[in-house]
Amino acid sequence: MTKNPTAAVNARNQIRDRDPADRVFHALVLILSILCFIVILYPLWFVVIASISNSDMVNRGEVVFLPKDIRFYGFQQIFQDSRILIGYRNTLLYVVGGTLLNMIVTMPAAYALSRPDFRPRNKIMLYFVFTMYFSGGLVPTYMQINRLGMINTPWILLIMVLVNTYNLIIARTFIQNTIPNDLYESASLDGCSHFRFFWSIVLPLSKAIISVEILYYAVFHWNDYFNALIYTSNNDIQPLQMVLRRILLQNEAFANGNGGVQGGYAQSSADQVKYAVIIVSTVPILCVYPFVQKYFEKGVMIGAVKG
Amino acid sequence: MTTAVHAKKKSRGIGYYLKQDWQLWVMLLPAIVYIFIFCYMPMYGAQLAFRKYDYTKGIYGGDWVGFQYFLDYFNSAMFGTTLRNTFLISLASIVLGFPAPIVLAIIINQIKNNKWKRTLQTTVYIPYFISVVVLVSMLNVLFAKSGGVLSDFLKALHIVPANANLLGQKQYFVWMYVGSGIWQSMGWNSIIYIAALSSVDVQLYDAAKIDGANAWQRVIHIEFPVLVPTIMILLIMNMGSILNVGFDKVFLMQNTLNKQASEVISTYVYHLMAPTTGAPQFSLATAVGLFTNVVNFVFLMLTNTISKRLTGSGLM
Repeated sequence: MTKNPTAAVNARNQIRDRDPADRVFHALVLILSILCFIVILYPLWFVVIASISNSDMVNRGEVVFLPKDIRFYGFQQIFQDSRILIGYRNTLLYVVGGTLLNMIVTMPAAYALSRPDFRPRNKIMLYFVFTMYFSGGLVPTYMQINRLGMINTPWILLIMVLVNTYNLIIARTFIQNTIPNDLYESASLDGCSHFRFFWSIVLPLSKAIISVEILYYAVFHWNDYFNALIYTSNNDIQPLQMVLRRILLQNEAFANGNGGVQGGYAQSSADQVKYAVIIVSTVPILCVYPFVQKYFEKGVMIGAVKG
Repeated sequence: MTTAVHAKKKSRGIGYYLKQDWQLWVMLLPAIVYIFIFCYMPMYGAQLAFRKYDYTKGIYGGDWVGFQYFLDYFNSAMFGTTLRNTFLISLASIVLGFPAPIVLAIIINQIKNNKWKRTLQTTVYIPYFISVVVLVSMLNVLFAKSGGVLSDFLKALHIVPANANLLGQKQYFVWMYVGSGIWQSMGWNSIIYIAALSSVDVQLYDAAKIDGANAWQRVIHIEFPVLVPTIMILLIMNMGSILNVGFDKVFLMQNTLNKQASEVISTYVYHLMAPTTGAPQFSLATAVGLFTNVVNFVFLMLTNTISKRLTGSGLM
């Protein structure tokens, strides 16, 4: 009976909550968890209701829990504005192309470093790990990229952080721990090369880590504004985050003259555009998120194995 | 064991291993070349910190000036300001931000209703995916001086005075920075602790209950000890990057009003390199960056050594 999990849970529930201290504890857990839920969710909820409410009412503090005087002015403005569309197009290019390049470079390298019979693996690992803790700094990196002629080209945003050492380590750890060495030994006896083994055995067996890596890299490319800020100045090649920065934080005016630092009606409608911009730029990544949540959790745990 | 390996090493030449491993080398090559060009060559370029930059002569061509730019930085007014701000923000992030995910993990682990547990977990991870640009603009609207929902709320509770400008006044900068950081990453950072807690044997709880331990005692005597190794490793990693206050968020949160409290080393380097007025000071910027790097590296080595002595486990 004790081995039956449901019976064990029932027995536990019966013992639980007899002590008054336990009741206080469980009440506190409930209160804190609800509080936590509200604190995390409310700012997000507020942005949503503010984006479809009358912005004068938002500015007077009348919109608190539910949208009031619903309108979609902000969203209409966005879809008339070419900057957001260009930013979106560029970001999609960087996310898809950049992540693809990341994977092409990271996975084979992780495989090579996972081979226990590859003697220089620890030295090569040190070569990568050292760059996690020491770098040349901003200016020398900028000058190096300048010498390569990559300033103000889309290439730099595709190729910057081509391989992330942390991601390389978790991929290596995963391959090392999940693919038995016997598999390679028997395959190589049958004349299987490293290339062939990697392509037909390792990759199909590493779907979990491949998903984690794609997600890590894709989120990085989606959210990256630092590299765009430093290495590009041409609006046509800048990603969405830079467009957002110009609109949201530098108050750059909208096409029809709304926005910018003005007073009166123009300012309040500009605020509504801002809320809408936040939503339009964040929703895609949030839509993907529930489907991939388990992979993210898995990724953190694989990373934790090595530390 | 080692002698056997040595014997093996001697009996086989480099040619044997090249033949054996050339495919592995090919697979590693792109990553090695990338890291060399984008990480190691800039390290060599960091010698600019010791040279007077001359754009006609390139990065290695300027006159050698020794430690002059380091001394310039140490003697400048910005040295104290940037160092103090960086330390303060780092320390506040660790002291206030470090316990939050631990408490959250314990709370989530205690929730018995699976649906509610799942909902809460999904919710607390969401902010992690919001970009810094969006996060900072959310701060700007939610904590606006007038009409900001959250600043009005704090004023109504008399947590801040009625005329406070949370985004402009420099004494609030650290709080805004650390608070938004906790909001954004608390859930994400709790994943690792939740994983550690899930490894606790259920029988341990049952035994404790039968022995009369209440819920508080179970948390203190069963769950907390399980978390200690994870807590130690993460704490060391955090201490090892004490001067690494991320550029991204500070830079975006900066305005002319709060600059006294918000100029950290990384933003200072950027402002030296790309000043709004005047010529860029490349050599000084390189020197400041190199200084941070060296300090960080020393901190990391120190904490790593201390950790190895105390707990027997380190990062390297």
